[in-house]
Amino acid sequence: MQNSLDPAMPLLEVRGISKSFGAVHALQEVDFTLRAGEIHALLGENGAGKSTLIKVVTGVFPRDAGIVRIGGEDIAPRSAKAALAAGIATVYQEVNLLPNLSVAQNLFLDRQPMRFGIVREGEMRRRAKALLADFGLDIDVAAPLGSYSVAIQHVTAIARAVDLSARVLILDEPTASLDRHEVEILFRIMRQLAKRGIGIVFVSHFLDQVYEISDRITVLRNGRLVGERETASLPRLELIRLMLGRELAETTSARASAGEHKAREVCASFENFGKAGYVAPFNLELRHGEVVGLAGLLGSGRTETARLVFGAERADRGQARVEGTPVRLQSPRDGVRHGFGYCPEERKTEGIVAELTVRENIVLALQAKRGLHRPLSRREQDEIARRYVKMLDIRPADPERPVGLLSGGNQQKVLLARWLATSPRLLVLDEPTRGIDVGAHAEIIRLIRELCDDGLSLLVISSELDEIVTYSDRVVVLRDRAHIEELAGEAIDVGNILAAIAADSVAVALEAHT
Amino acid sequence: MRGLPPVLITAIVLVTGFAACAMQFPNIASTRVVGNLLTDNAFLGIVATGMTFVIISGGIDLSVGSVIGFTTVFVALAIERWGVPPPVAFVAILVLSAAFGAAMGAVIHIFDLPPFIVTLAGMFLARGASFLLSTESVPITAPVYSTVSDFALRMPGGGRLTAIAIIMLVIVIGGALLLHLTRFGANVYALGGSRATASLMGVAVGKMTVKIYMLSSLLAGIAGIVFSFYTSAGYSLSAVGVELDTIAAVVIGGTLLTGGQGSVIGTFLGVLIQGMIQTYINFDGTLSSWWTKIATGVLLFAFIALQQALVALARRPAAKRAGAAP
Repeated sequence: MQNSLDPAMPLLEVRGISKSFGAVHALQEVDFTLRAGEIHALLGENGAGKSTLIKVVTGVFPRDAGIVRIGGEDIAPRSAKAALAAGIATVYQEVNLLPNLSVAQNLFLDRQPMRFGIVREGEMRRRAKALLADFGLDIDVAAPLGSYSVAIQHVTAIARAVDLSARVLILDEPTASLDRHEVEILFRIMRQLAKRGIGIVFVSHFLDQVYEISDRITVLRNGRLVGERETASLPRLELIRLMLGRELAETTSARASAGEHKAREVCASFENFGKAGYVAPFNLELRHGEVVGLAGLLGSGRTETARLVFGAERADRGQARVEGTPVRLQSPRDGVRHGFGYCPEERKTEGIVAELTVRENIVLALQAKRGLHRPLSRREQDEIARRYVKMLDIRPADPERPVGLLSGGNQQKVLLARWLATSPRLLVLDEPTRGIDVGAHAEIIRLIRELCDDGLSLLVISSELDEIVTYSDRVVVLRDRAHIEELAGEAIDVGNILAAIAADSVAVALEAHT
Repeated sequence: MRGLPPVLITAIVLVTGFAACAMQFPNIASTRVVGNLLTDNAFLGIVATGMTFVIISGGIDLSVGSVIGFTTVFVALAIERWGVPPPVAFVAILVLSAAFGAAMGAVIHIFDLPPFIVTLAGMFLARGASFLLSTESVPITAPVYSTVSDFALRMPGGGRLTAIAIIMLVIVIGGALLLHLTRFGANVYALGGSRATASLMGVAVGKMTVKIYMLSSLLAGIAGIVFSFYTSAGYSLSAVGVELDTIAAVVIGGTLLTGGQGSVIGTFLGVLIQGMIQTYINFDGTLSSWWTKIATGVLLFAFIALQQALVALARRPAAKRAGAAP
């Protein structure tokens, strides 16, 4: 026990952790060190490996290689329960407590004070109240947990974890659903706990909060460790570069010159378009034969913008126009009717229908557009499927194979084909290259360019800045659910995008201090 | 406590319903009628107590009616044909039914199967097994049966509180204590809230599942013995469909069919409401007894609609308490 108090000895030590899911390397040789009494931010974009790292450390996933030490002792928990016994507690964004039970029962479930086999309800409530008082909460502990705000549920979860003698507390996006005031309460509690010698891992995509609360920062990208720094000595621009940028290789882009695209006709435009609490109102013009990239950090409002544009989410202000004519966009049906297509980020759950064949997946949107009364004949279906399998080089070239059996890249092509079959005027692609191997990656990018040359208008979201720079005619930069800058022509490069993302946060940081 | 508002509504329905019945037929408001009501529904009250645990934990047990039927046949044959002393027969059938429930619970947990399917299989199994034993009604003539049937506590007003009614009341009270005062009870609610979360919080979900279905089947076994006292016979077709009456009583008693909320007391009130409707129809004399089912159906609809409304209300953010200290 004496060991863990020694400042030289890290509280939690992760060395050389690797984890693969099939052929995908989710984590490769990742190290992570947490000292007692520090708040350590773990950062990275979607798919960087943060969640996998947490799940490996807490025993939810078995690891392929590497060691985890707590207080100098090797541990290999096989379940979240075993990790808790070893002193590692995790509080997830979705509070893992029982909303139907009272706050007191939640705090003491399975370890209630007992007498003669009866739960001592009064004693349990008294202890619950005392425990929460430590965290600055004075609430009725007999009321169901579900009747309280998410912030209080979070604090209750933390209180339970700490009371279960956790030495390491992992908070996974704890502030995502909290308002400013609640975040302050949480931060105060985190500082208190750190003072008591508990090591806290803070996962968040709110960089302002990271700078406000954390002592050190570890950044992961594509399953690899890219840096561990003191927060105070890591400029924001540098942090974002760590999270997003690969080395700034010179990219040859096929983009049209600035003068040329001005001349093109506007395909769809959105004026003061937005939804309260979702995305701040924005102006966006999409022209025929043009690719517009949406860049920003995770949670900056990229996907939200895409969903508003397609009609998957209903805007509560602003006006959309298609070819200059004002239109209503209240549902995906409206979007499809106006000739929009949307390939969502969650390909597996929101895009393909894994059990259906390539042919059936391809004709899905076209059939939906025509309506049930005008079914496509089998011959027409076969012909459409054959055409797109050939055009997009979908492999294996078998229209009758269930889509679930295809690789990620080919599934993405099937999704593209589905929308192309409806002859859209605008296609929205959300992370079209996520989870696709390198070869298919280049091919998808080539396809995006080609489609654009055929006069289609494209709105593409990607976390890979190099990629966005390669194919975009214009890039809209987002931050904190608002469009903050639009880059065009020569101004499009990775450095400028990074600067735009980082620049605004200085202003916000100043604002927070006043 | 938890689930109080629905229980209150059940109580109000019972009291106003009883008052309305008593207005029309003043004789209903007597300990005699109430005593009979308790006796007639003793087996239902017992089995519904077990079902309350199952439903609060987020499950369902469709096998209870068949377990009751099997129990009556088994007990009748054991005593009358195989010459087994009644106490031994009782212990044997209780061990058997508890093991049956434990097996269903184990299957549900280990193979991660929906309780609906597993207990549906259990329902066919138990019913089929009772037909294997005997297809005919077997009368029970053992002296202990007449002794128990004759035993009753006199209530003021000439009503009789029979032995089987007493057994039922004891089980209801015991069940309520078990559910509301023990760690086991708290875990039942935890399972109904979310099995995954309960497991993460350290509840031994597998053991709990086995115990809960064991309890339900054990109480169904006791209900079967009580039923055999009530009818003095064992018959493989007895208690057909009782599982549905039981579920109805539990839901009318304010227990959430999706689990996580409810109470044994509410279930008891639900049983009484069903008994009251039956009594009213008996008093009226002109109504078909099927009106009991219709009234039960209407009540069920009303309660499910009410629960949905309450759940929706609880989910509204406006209903959230503020409570953070500044």
